[in-house]
Amino acid sequence: MSVLVYIENVQGKFKKSTFEVISFAAAIAQKQNLPLVALSIGDVSDDELSKAGKYGAAKVLKAGGDQLKTMNVQPYATIIAQAAKAENAKIVVMSASFSGKGIAPRVAIKLDAGLADNVIDLPSMDGKFTVKKGAFSGKAFAFVDITSDVKVISMIPNSYKVAESPVSSAITTFDVQLGAKDLVVTIKETIRSTDKVSLPDAELVVSAGRGMKGPENWGMIEELANVLGAATACSKPVSDAGWRPHSEHVGQTGIAISPNLYIAIGISGAIQHLAGVSSSKVIVVVNKDPEAPFFKAADYGIVGDAFEVVPRLIEAAKSFKSSQNG
Amino acid sequence: MKILVCIANVPDTTAKINFSPDNKEFVTAGVTFILNPYDEIALSKAVDLTAGGGSVTVINVGDASTEPTIRKALAIGATDAVRVNAKPRDGYFVARQIADYVKKNPFDLILCGRESSDSNGSSVPVMIAELLDIPCVLFAKSLSIEGTTATLEQEIEGGKEILSAPLPLVAGASEGMADWKIPNMRGIMSARTKPLQVIEPLDVPLHTSVQSYDKPVPRSSVKLIAAEDAAKLFEMLREEKKVI
Repeated sequence: MSVLVYIENVQGKFKKSTFEVISFAAAIAQKQNLPLVALSIGDVSDDELSKAGKYGAAKVLKAGGDQLKTMNVQPYATIIAQAAKAENAKIVVMSASFSGKGIAPRVAIKLDAGLADNVIDLPSMDGKFTVKKGAFSGKAFAFVDITSDVKVISMIPNSYKVAESPVSSAITTFDVQLGAKDLVVTIKETIRSTDKVSLPDAELVVSAGRGMKGPENWGMIEELANVLGAATACSKPVSDAGWRPHSEHVGQTGIAISPNLYIAIGISGAIQHLAGVSSSKVIVVVNKDPEAPFFKAADYGIVGDAFEVVPRLIEAAKSFKSSQNG
Repeated sequence: MKILVCIANVPDTTAKINFSPDNKEFVTAGVTFILNPYDEIALSKAVDLTAGGGSVTVINVGDASTEPTIRKALAIGATDAVRVNAKPRDGYFVARQIADYVKKNPFDLILCGRESSDSNGSSVPVMIAELLDIPCVLFAKSLSIEGTTATLEQEIEGGKEILSAPLPLVAGASEGMADWKIPNMRGIMSARTKPLQVIEPLDVPLHTSVQSYDKPVPRSSVKLIAAEDAAKLFEMLREEKKVI
């Protein structure tokens, strides 16, 4: 028996969220007294794969080949289920990333397993197996028992701290068997913005709303994000108006995020917006209206005009960064 | 083209969420229920795709209380509706009901919202696809169909991808896939007489059960910084919160 963790790569490299999910799975494996096996799919060097050992994976399986170079949900789910069976995995863990959300439910069906998605904390494993997950768009949590023999869990990025627990790990090749039905989807083109921090797993997020008055004023938002190494986000009215792409919209009907720091500029704080950002660890609100409801949900508030405050924040962030580096 | 749109009945996005004193039940009294916003995008897309011919069936797994939401979907432009007469227990339960219906009544395309705003799950579309052994593109921002092939744009980590997939397939609608449709008076009138079939659920073994709910601890009061002292923010964030 074992715990299997699927370790996702982006263009051959593991991201911080992958190390989070290995650390998370290692803690579960330790509690269950089971070995942790990591599975990587795609084109990843052994050097990169060996990093999994640093976080507690004693065995690393790699599956590759021409058909698997680009993430494709069906073959990837098939391979994860095959590896879970080969390793007699009782618990299969992965990230609730875009791809994890497309894969985990398929793996659960293939293994006749119960699925808990969007888990935000270590399961409680005393007798029952209970997970804590987000519900009602960030307005509540649900505690859910998984009662099946085999369990599949996906973990929300940024909800578990990376923890090193080095073990010596062996990398072995996992032979895959794919059927014709696994390969009916063709990925024709992949477009990545390489210069931007990805929003769902960003630790720092700078977000702005209608208070910015128009898309032409976003330069200062991007500059502040750039100096801090943060991702940019926006409120729903802003993406609805076409000022920013929908992929930046955080809130109840956009992306839910849980960064360490969320800086909201010119966003009043409607309940639907708060739902998507309330699990941020620290919230800073900049708004010229002292009555803006967002101040009630913030840790720090600056009452002032964005066009005066943001340039000050950019200067302060620059000197803060240089003092840290110096 | 025959399209099935899976719809969920969820609390209004502005609703305050409360639970029973033992935290075991979501209190629905005083809560308005709406068509899940992402499902509404999926439905709008389905109506667009069938403008030149075809049909749009909506399916909901829910008790009789969901019928106003189903009627709204009919008013927006669905041709007919099916309600599986059961409270949705978990994602697997819902997916099994819908997949079973599709096995008996094939469709060219199954559209869902990319997630539901109550359970925040996105497992239903993926599970339906797995149960039917067909593709699912969960985070579809655009969708076009030519013959029996769909071309979709999907959100991925740090970017997007363009995929092509054969029909039938399941797609999860994201913002941008279609413009919201507001029902007009003719739609509302005709919705009353469009067919709504009620079917009984399959018996499905459950693997998960919600034990209780909890609400996030409210933040302690906000610490205000004067606009002219904005520069001090980052020092405070480092010293007091250690987040940067």
